[in-house]
Amino acid sequence: MSGNLAGTAGRLRRAGSSITAPRPSALPPALRQALSRLGWTVVSVGLFVGLWELAWLLGIADPRLLPPPHIFLGNIPDQARFFNTATRWQIGVDAAAGPSPYEAVGITVAATAGRVFAGLAIAAVLSVTVGVLVRYFALFEKLTLPTITLLSPVSPIAWLPVAIFIFGIGNAPAIFMVVVALFFHMVLSTVSQIDGVNRNFVNVARTMGATKRQIYARVIIPAILPQMLIVLRLNLFGAWMVVLVAESTGVGFGLGQVIMLARNTFNPSLVFFTIALIGLLGFLTDWLLRQVQRRILYWVPQTTGVLRGL
Amino acid sequence: MGSEPVQPFSSKDAVVCRAVSKTWAAGTARAHEALRAIDLEVAPGEFVVLLGPSGCGKSTLLYLVAGLEETTSGEIHSFRDPVERPSPDRSLIFQETSLFPWLSVWQNVAFGLSIRGAPEDERRATAREALARVGLAEAMHKRPDELSGGMRQRVAVARALAMRPKVLLMDEPFAALDVQTRAKMQDFLLDVWRDSGASVLFVTHHIDEAVALADRVVVFTARPGRIKSIIPVDLPRPRDPFSPECAHLRVRLTGELRGEVDRAFAEQEALAGAA
Repeated sequence: MSGNLAGTAGRLRRAGSSITAPRPSALPPALRQALSRLGWTVVSVGLFVGLWELAWLLGIADPRLLPPPHIFLGNIPDQARFFNTATRWQIGVDAAAGPSPYEAVGITVAATAGRVFAGLAIAAVLSVTVGVLVRYFALFEKLTLPTITLLSPVSPIAWLPVAIFIFGIGNAPAIFMVVVALFFHMVLSTVSQIDGVNRNFVNVARTMGATKRQIYARVIIPAILPQMLIVLRLNLFGAWMVVLVAESTGVGFGLGQVIMLARNTFNPSLVFFTIALIGLLGFLTDWLLRQVQRRILYWVPQTTGVLRGL
Repeated sequence: MGSEPVQPFSSKDAVVCRAVSKTWAAGTARAHEALRAIDLEVAPGEFVVLLGPSGCGKSTLLYLVAGLEETTSGEIHSFRDPVERPSPDRSLIFQETSLFPWLSVWQNVAFGLSIRGAPEDERRATAREALARVGLAEAMHKRPDELSGGMRQRVAVARALAMRPKVLLMDEPFAALDVQTRAKMQDFLLDVWRDSGASVLFVTHHIDEAVALADRVVVFTARPGRIKSIIPVDLPRPRDPFSPECAHLRVRLTGELRGEVDRAFAEQEALAGAA
């Protein structure tokens, strides 16, 4: 355990040195920036882990309730046992059946991530479509917007029984939960993005004889795309949160189900192990979406530099 | 200029405004009158500058002529046709850059053609030609954010020219540029205008700009905007801003404008006091 602490400190020191002494020579600026960001991520997490380990060392954090990282990450095979994806309730399937523990972790993670992305994709397409229709057809707005506004503050938890009533158990209710959690306020956000489009853009297209359809397809939608991708990124975290709630009610397998199992069997190590997995996944998917954003939205200026100068 | 009193709308004038008024938010508590009883004719190929204090409604008149807004009363015609909606014949150039950031320079210039469904070859050729006319042929494949403010406005002019408009409407197009760039842009605009043969309606609150550019200067009163006076400028171009004629014109325009600027100020202060 003290070895682990030393390891953490070593990581801290290594990360620190890579930041404070950027070699002016070989590395291209983009790579150096990426390395520096990675370094700071390690430092930030290292600080958090360090404080936790310290609390454990001083006896403040009871390892039976708040096991520090070196405990819940120390025995991964032991944790992986609980990620059993075999359908053991079926007749003729014995307790040892199914994939190996590590495979099971992979399958569980993939299943949850799949539900997140499926829900996110459906919610994005649906809500942008509805948002554009709201502004395109005045009657559609009058018929739908009040209901959408009324439903948008409803917590996704309230939809959980509805999801089960309609879809039973399995993938469908979990995906439905993600969609329903994101759809309403993404519609409202789409509408407000459309209202914020630079009027000159619209007027330029009008003076060139563009029809309403052309203005929407070729001016308004490209103009709102950057903000919509940011909204999508923010909602990605929302999707990760909701999917766990949905999975905890019985979908066969998933990270939410593992958390529920850990709760029911009083296994804090398993809880924290799963939380660590979710955090890592959320971080990776956010990074992925940021790369997508940079590729597609090459014209959006990077404005964080202004705040750095303060 | 060339308007026939018997049938006022049969004239060949590029733009004819008859008793044009505009009240924003008419019939509500927030209603305010922007323009009152504007009568104005612009001949084909003429360069008319609308000069007036800020907020006097001269930009509003431009939007009305463009067909982007409707008049409250009065009529606007362009080459005999009533103005009811925007038309590629009347191109509007804005103060703020209005290039689409997601399109390259040439795609911006060819945007109007792509709206009409022109094939790619034609769009490229037209864009290349229009960009050459504003001296930016080599910037074809750049993105708008890679250009300076002056270059972006030249691209905006090229985009307007690509539609072969009969009337160019310019809403303080150089206001956001620095003084040196602005002087260059004025020379450039005069060249483009002469080549294209289009009429220009140019809104500004800069007296120097009016002196450098105009065939006629239309001076507006403070709100509601009315035409205070129309001053013809019969000076050859390029004009030396330090010549006695230009100095004399500048003094005259300053005198015309001074009272209006004072009135506009007083009104704004009264409004601020009321609020």
